[in-house]
Amino acid sequence: MRKRLILIAVTLFGTGLSVGVASAQEGEGSLPHAGADIKNTESLQRGARNFMNYCSGCHSLKYVRYNRMATDLEIPESELKANLMFSSEKPYDTVNTAMPADAEAWFGKQPPDLSLMARARSVDYIYAFLKGFYVDKARPWGTNNLVLPGTAMPAVLSSLQGLQKPVFKNEPDEHGSANMVLVGAEPMTAGAMKPEEYDQFARDVANFLDYAGEPIKAKRQSMGVFVILFLLVFFAFAYLLKKEYWKDVH
Amino acid sequence: MAAAPDTGDPSKSRGLIGWIDQRFPLTQLWRSQVSEYYAPKNFNFWYYFGSLALFVLANQLVTGIFLTMHYKPSAVEAFSSIEYIMRDVDGGWLIRYLHSTGASAFFIVVYLHMFRALLYGSHRKPRELLWIFGCLIFLLLMAEAFMGYVLPWGNMSFWGAQVIVSLFGSLPVIGSGLVEWIRGDYVIADATLNRFFALHVAALPLALVFLVIAHLMALHEVGSNNPDGIDIKKHKDAKGHYLDGIPFHPYYTVKDLVGVAGFLLIFCGVIFFAPTFGGLFLEGPNFEPANPLQTPPHIAPVWYFTPFYAMLRAVPSFAGTQVWGVLVMGASIVVLFFVPWLDRSPVLSIRYRGPLYKIALGIFSVAFIILVVCGLKPPSGIYPQLAKICTALYFAFFLLMPWYTKIDSVKPVPERVTGHA
Repeated sequence: MRKRLILIAVTLFGTGLSVGVASAQEGEGSLPHAGADIKNTESLQRGARNFMNYCSGCHSLKYVRYNRMATDLEIPESELKANLMFSSEKPYDTVNTAMPADAEAWFGKQPPDLSLMARARSVDYIYAFLKGFYVDKARPWGTNNLVLPGTAMPAVLSSLQGLQKPVFKNEPDEHGSANMVLVGAEPMTAGAMKPEEYDQFARDVANFLDYAGEPIKAKRQSMGVFVILFLLVFFAFAYLLKKEYWKDVH
Repeated sequence: MAAAPDTGDPSKSRGLIGWIDQRFPLTQLWRSQVSEYYAPKNFNFWYYFGSLALFVLANQLVTGIFLTMHYKPSAVEAFSSIEYIMRDVDGGWLIRYLHSTGASAFFIVVYLHMFRALLYGSHRKPRELLWIFGCLIFLLLMAEAFMGYVLPWGNMSFWGAQVIVSLFGSLPVIGSGLVEWIRGDYVIADATLNRFFALHVAALPLALVFLVIAHLMALHEVGSNNPDGIDIKKHKDAKGHYLDGIPFHPYYTVKDLVGVAGFLLIFCGVIFFAPTFGGLFLEGPNFEPANPLQTPPHIAPVWYFTPFYAMLRAVPSFAGTQVWGVLVMGASIVVLFFVPWLDRSPVLSIRYRGPLYKIALGIFSVAFIILVVCGLKPPSGIYPQLAKICTALYFAFFLLMPWYTKIDSVKPVPERVTGHA
């Protein structure tokens, strides 16, 4: 009876957990997997370089400090100042942007701070967004985005990626009439980078923004291994102690 | 309570303890409540969750105090102060994750603790008041969790508060005035955040701790129930000790230590490897600051509220008002208080009950889990229908209880407890 009840409990709890996780992840099902690795310092360094050179003109990282980033990403201070800091900021400053506060008049929307974008949306979302620009004459900048339709952001990376054209598929409606559905995008013009190079570029930026969203993430995970190992030992001793005390209870 | 052994007369204790004992009943309290408090020796897996709830409460209080040292309860600074804790405060990320994961863990252990009572009839005479204190703790815990969830001032905090507080507005006559009184403003704003902070860190924790003490006092007055649901005070040995009981200390202190170790393994697994738990414990939209002009695509409360939220949504508006859903949601909590009197079975434990109660409890558990899922989902597809059915099943479990527990068959109950863990 006891075993059966434990079994029921574990089953119910397990079902709850898996249902929960499944439902929580459901929204991201359609996004391609970015393959970002928070423990890959080189990727993070490249991502930081890419971000500072291509993104920080418009987007701030107002919760990220330069010196903390340099320490975490193993970037020497001289390197940091020479290659990643372009204005009069000090290393203990946060990553701000030169974008004036009235940029809304230019873009229709102030370019958002990206400190927490990876946490609010996901790494895969950023990766897909960076790869998702396609030509759309109906938009003010002539481009649109697959994962954020109607985005206010121009395709600023098209010099690297090249332009993409939309791919439509005919999915007839219930009356059999033609109904073109946007299903993806394919290369139209070549950019400065090969497709794999651009994928790596987008992956590194997404990875870096994952770091920016939670600077402690990589350290948290490696600490976690030791915490779990310690707790396993603690559990074993607690169990043996309990057994010793309880051996005379009948 | 067994008479204290003659060697242990508190008035004879010496040294520092003796000095204290002449001025404060320290040894006496330790003996009567811990080292000579007799608990049934057959507690099983389900009996870990009481001590675990106490453990999580302590975790919430300690981490909460440290968060309060760095958090700024203002609409302008709250969101940034959380990021300051996550990035610039030494160990701040760990304290914050301990607290945010602790909130979900609290509900998991409390739900399992309550389920244990339904399994073994722990709410039945003479433990009705113990159960009522427990229900009050659950009610306060929900208020505490809701207000705590608003404090990070993320977009889901804001819109969640907007939805939940406006529920009170559907009450007739007093509704709109009540909502204004709760918010302290015409909208969810700085004043709301500030008062929720006061309630979350001072008023509600204080009330919770007092209720937990009352819960434990009531428990120690009547003694614990056990998986056999029988009275262990009937059989004593020559010295007057209960044959089926053992002193809480050291037996259950060391056993609960194993429970704490097992709990910490799972708890720390979440904290160090999945602190957002796939968006269930910390939701994506809450990493965007509160924005009154931008509604998140789908507003849902945190998972531990979703069964009640699903019941709220399952009830259609009627006679031009939405108040029925609010009343049903309220009733789903109120009905818990009456369980000790709804249950008419001659036995307490599920071990000696017939098939009807087992089936009813099984259906109830499944319905509850489905309601958790329904509340997380947007109200489309099969979910609204599913939520309606499960709401009916939830209430049927309680309202039909007097009937099915009375006609259910029972097995003979043993004189002495069977086995021990």
